[in-house]
Amino acid sequence: MATVSLEAIRKSFGSTDVIHGVDIDIEDGEFIVIVGPSGCGKSTLLRMVAGLETVTSGEVCIGGNRVNDLEPMDRDIAMVFQNYALYPHMTVFDNMAYGLKIAGTAKDEIVERVDSAARLLQLEDYLKRRPRELSGGQRQRVAMGRAIVRKPSVFLFDEPLSNLDAKLRVQMRLEIKQLQRRLGVTSLYVTHDQVEAMTLADRMIVMNGGIADQIGAPLEVYANPATEFVAGFIGSPPTNFLKAQSAEVTIPGAVTLGIRPEHLLLTSEPSPVAGTVLYSEALGAETLVHLRLPDASLVTVRQGATEPLPAEGTSAGLTWDASEQMLFDAEGRRCDQPAA
Amino acid sequence: MADRTGMVEKRGAGLWLTHLGLIIGLLFIFFPIWLAFVASTVSQPEIVQPPMPLLPGDQFFENYRKALVSGINAPVAWMMLNSLFMALGIAIGKIIISLLSAFAIVYFRFPGRKTFFWLIFLTLMLPVEVRIVPTYEVVANFGMLNSYSGLIFPLIASATATFLFRQFFMTVPDELAEAARVDGARPMRFFWDILLPMSRTNIAALFVILFIYGWNQYLWPLLITTDPSMNTIVMGIKQMFPSGDDIADWPVIMATSILAMIPPVIVVVGMQRLFIRGLVDSEK
Repeated sequence: MATVSLEAIRKSFGSTDVIHGVDIDIEDGEFIVIVGPSGCGKSTLLRMVAGLETVTSGEVCIGGNRVNDLEPMDRDIAMVFQNYALYPHMTVFDNMAYGLKIAGTAKDEIVERVDSAARLLQLEDYLKRRPRELSGGQRQRVAMGRAIVRKPSVFLFDEPLSNLDAKLRVQMRLEIKQLQRRLGVTSLYVTHDQVEAMTLADRMIVMNGGIADQIGAPLEVYANPATEFVAGFIGSPPTNFLKAQSAEVTIPGAVTLGIRPEHLLLTSEPSPVAGTVLYSEALGAETLVHLRLPDASLVTVRQGATEPLPAEGTSAGLTWDASEQMLFDAEGRRCDQPAA
Repeated sequence: MADRTGMVEKRGAGLWLTHLGLIIGLLFIFFPIWLAFVASTVSQPEIVQPPMPLLPGDQFFENYRKALVSGINAPVAWMMLNSLFMALGIAIGKIIISLLSAFAIVYFRFPGRKTFFWLIFLTLMLPVEVRIVPTYEVVANFGMLNSYSGLIFPLIASATATFLFRQFFMTVPDELAEAARVDGARPMRFFWDILLPMSRTNIAALFVILFIYGWNQYLWPLLITTDPSMNTIVMGIKQMFPSGDDIADWPVIMATSILAMIPPVIVVVGMQRLFIRGLVDSEK
């Protein structure tokens, strides 16, 4: 268990800057999810904490100690890789025990630790098998078991669920969350899936182009995005963006207005904005109505399943509560209220 | 119905024809070996007197005992041992060196990495036959004529094997090396615990090829071994041929040829099992 802090972390590969200065303080036992589109530098950030990439400038501290120049093994971390990275020629037991064996742990302690991790992950029956004889979910569990047995102070997850099918992903997501709660180990988790980020994180970091756009609790980030990018990336279906002018907003500097689909209401009044209904998707619990505005942009409205469906091709007005709207300036930053 | 039987017959005929072709081909290749075997089981007068017999005679034990124990210049048993040392030395040495150099080239960033890679590549164009005079000079100056080190060292570097291992190491996912790093394995530990067991199929295959390569070396041993007790068996057969008016002891020479064939066959047959097991085992 330890705190992790990153101070003005930068990374460049040759002359290309990948990460442009990131500051984060992670508390002991916290579950932090780093989320962002591919190529935003989230994996690089994690690998710098792991010690698999060098830090160009800035400081990485684990448990208060500067670890910039330490090898991964000396940082007291454990990592779960996207493709699991299990040793193919070793049994599940040996895979989990390998790190302990190198550390010179006593044999009976290795057996005890691996057994208890196997029990925790329901892998007891598979200890003698090779990785290729396991299913994807089981391999994922072995990879986590390998991290657990070392009793590290920080867990690092690099998109651990992206090789699993959708159903298993939901199940493993819950298991990871429960496991982290039970063990109370500080965790850093990288994903491009905003649902994973929302459900797992105590706090999440939304990365965009090598910059941490926003750091905060998932619901706070959802309700109060600091930038246009965050508003668009977090939430599904994504936030609708309208031109501030066409929405009759006259706050100086505001260029774009963002409004979440669930905050939009369909009305018969063509004001302040109206559009043509393209099609509706009835999903059972809710219905998504897609409209095209006169300026050709698309807008999605999320409404309850019991509300009347507008016919395709008809025109409908859109209204919303002004307290729900988010205004962004020309650079995509929030301008209607101080970013929290 | 009639059509059907016709088709079966046609296919049957095709099958027989294929088999016939294969059998003829097999006999064609096997016949000289059979002749050598027959010649190694008869007496000297029976060979020189035409027509040569086509069925084994009764001198089998006599000829082979004579070859193994006394030979002509040196006992064949002794020459086989020399060949075995040489072939094993070359095969094992080549595998160790190429594993290590491939490991260095794939996993380490050191200055001149590309240069070394190309240097290794260049040696592909320099087989023993091309560099035989300078190599002889070097070996002679080191006083390695008529020694196992002289037989083995000049043939021990292998660009081909280095490439094979390099290619294989590059297919090993980077995450595996990273996972080992996180687990605390130093580079040589990673090599020993993870890379080596993963390459065992490749090693087995290479061993077969390199053992036969080493066993069949002819020109190099012929050049640097003048002492009959250092002769290897493949060149030793040639040394058994008579010079001038001597009479060739053909049964013994033929027995030696047959004996020279046995170890490579054993290696191929024996390693084949390991090889196939390795292939089945190590998928993914």
